[in-house]
Amino acid sequence: MNEPQTVIDKLWSSHEIVRREDGACLVWIDRHYVHEGSFHAFSQMKARGRAIAEPGLTFGIADHYVPTRRAEPIANPEIAAMVRNFEANAAESDIMLFGLRDPRQGIVHVVGPEQGLTLPGLTIVCGDSHTSTHGAFGAYAFGIGASEVAHVLMTQTLWQKKPKSMRITVNGTAAPGVGAKDIALAIIAHVGADGARGHAIEFSGNAIRGLSMEGRMTLCNMSIEAGGRLGIVAPDKKTFAYLKGRPFAPNADLFDRAVEAWSTIVSDPDASFDREVSLDGGAIAPIVTWGTTPDDALPIDGQVPDPACEADPARAKYLREALDYMAIEPGKKLTEIAIDRVFIGSCTNSRIEDLRAAAAVLAGRVSKVPGLVSPGSSTVKRQAEEEGLDRIFRDAGLEWADSGCSMCVGINGDIVPPGERCASTTNRNFRGRQGPGARTHLMSPAMVAAAAVSGRLADVRPLLAGRKA
Amino acid sequence: MEKFGQLSAKACPLMLPNLNTDQILPARYLKWPRSKGLGSVLFQDLRLDGNGNEREDFLLNQPSWHGCKILLAGRNFGGGSSREAAVYALCDHGFRCIVAPSFGDIFAQNAVKNGLLTAVVSEGDIAEIAAVVSRDPERPVLVNLVQQVIVCGNRTYAFDIDPVSRNQLVNGWDDVDLTENYRERISKFRAGDEIQRPWAAPAKSRRKS
Repeated sequence: MNEPQTVIDKLWSSHEIVRREDGACLVWIDRHYVHEGSFHAFSQMKARGRAIAEPGLTFGIADHYVPTRRAEPIANPEIAAMVRNFEANAAESDIMLFGLRDPRQGIVHVVGPEQGLTLPGLTIVCGDSHTSTHGAFGAYAFGIGASEVAHVLMTQTLWQKKPKSMRITVNGTAAPGVGAKDIALAIIAHVGADGARGHAIEFSGNAIRGLSMEGRMTLCNMSIEAGGRLGIVAPDKKTFAYLKGRPFAPNADLFDRAVEAWSTIVSDPDASFDREVSLDGGAIAPIVTWGTTPDDALPIDGQVPDPACEADPARAKYLREALDYMAIEPGKKLTEIAIDRVFIGSCTNSRIEDLRAAAAVLAGRVSKVPGLVSPGSSTVKRQAEEEGLDRIFRDAGLEWADSGCSMCVGINGDIVPPGERCASTTNRNFRGRQGPGARTHLMSPAMVAAAAVSGRLADVRPLLAGRKA
Repeated sequence: MEKFGQLSAKACPLMLPNLNTDQILPARYLKWPRSKGLGSVLFQDLRLDGNGNEREDFLLNQPSWHGCKILLAGRNFGGGSSREAAVYALCDHGFRCIVAPSFGDIFAQNAVKNGLLTAVVSEGDIAEIAAVVSRDPERPVLVNLVQQVIVCGNRTYAFDIDPVSRNQLVNGWDDVDLTENYRERISKFRAGDEIQRPWAAPAKSRRKS
């Protein structure tokens, strides 16, 4: 009898080409996504006088630097140069490009799944930590740095050591108004921002199975905020239904054959994990972050910590510094924290379901603060417009923009001004993440909408009364 | 890649926990080419105050720590974004070794590819080392990768590093060169895999076999 295997074991063994004595393995990479920020890697490849190994498995998607107001030419010369340089690198290496003017353009981690490029059972890499998103499909997907991007360009392989395995089980049923983002933040608060360091995570349990593909992407996306190398949800009928008919997914007979193979990508019943964590999904409330790391996350009816009540001096020091940066008095109720603006977007929460969730709260209401809505892809944008969601955002007073990483990382010019407080659907509340001196509170799209109409952090649940969420 | 044997240098006890890559190198410098050198903007938003003046209380601004090649940091150093430019900024500033109780996974991978040693020591040990160098900044700290020890004052501390990373640093291995030795194995895998998993190729692929 073979040893029972986890999903992680199965995906690893199907891609291992070489195993060295010290544990390093050469693994095959099925998909490689590159973006404007990948320029160091192209330079490294050129410096070696090498060419791309598998252009057909490499896809370029412009997202990090693209302006979300598509005036041409791009006003900022440095940003224009980044986009141009990317287009030139893609052309030179014969890489299919979803560029600025492509109707399929969007955020890498939205476009890959949307186009059916991301499939179960694949190894997927990209020079971006949130590549873990693609694990929602049962793919082994992880972020890498520029040197590794260069290695994949030149060889379509990577030297990796198999990570330890961790299973996070969330059972029960999430309450109305509680979504994938709340589950993700609850997990991060529970294990800590480096709690899953060195581990590949498999998410399982009823509450995870109950999530849509969009929800699973949000969850796997934030594996990295728990310190994990990657996150995986085993594929099921929802996964297959999502992929069927997508432009780059297997078609006709090959699709049925693929589903047969994909159906085996589950952890065997007796497979053992290096670590097991479980949470009660029914006990999770809408969550917001208050501090400067993603594990500073609390249910919305709570209050921020008071350093004076903290016994551990190192922790008390951290609390003082975080509250000072965030300009929040110790012990303040979360719902008393006034905000200056909102942002709905990013690879975490910018898919159609996210926009619908925010619009369900905003419909017929007005935002008390300015805000930006950047759909995850140009495709999502068109779909939202067909559904009339753009009208709801505009009528509420928010700006409806084009697709890109935008105000999550702030390198395309969309930033939160210094000292301003933003309720954001993004993934990192680090100091200065959304711009120097910016103060970020992470939460779900519905909770951002609730904050917008309240002008402060707010519980979305009463605002959903009598509405279809 | 240059081999890493041992290093004797000044060590700066920065000691802050959770210094993620956004703190090491703010995103607005990510478009700088490597040739420009990123050392001058390392820890930019921690190093400068709101008016762009150097903060006196930030250790790397103090003359005592000029020329240090070892950084002593708190736990979870380099978490967050996969930006390898965070490693470039540390290297360009002159660092050869970061000592911390733990590192972000992607950061640690990026570090080794650039010859930067990430040495893991316990919270207690690093506090002792930091205390010694805080009293005497000029005292060199010795890091020996072959023996996996740090010598500071009259004490020797063992450190952890992933054996794969250790091998790569000690031997100065270059991944791309190593992979060259396996060209045939890769081709064989690729051919077999195409038969095994025909569905794995993108349907609209322009891939020619």
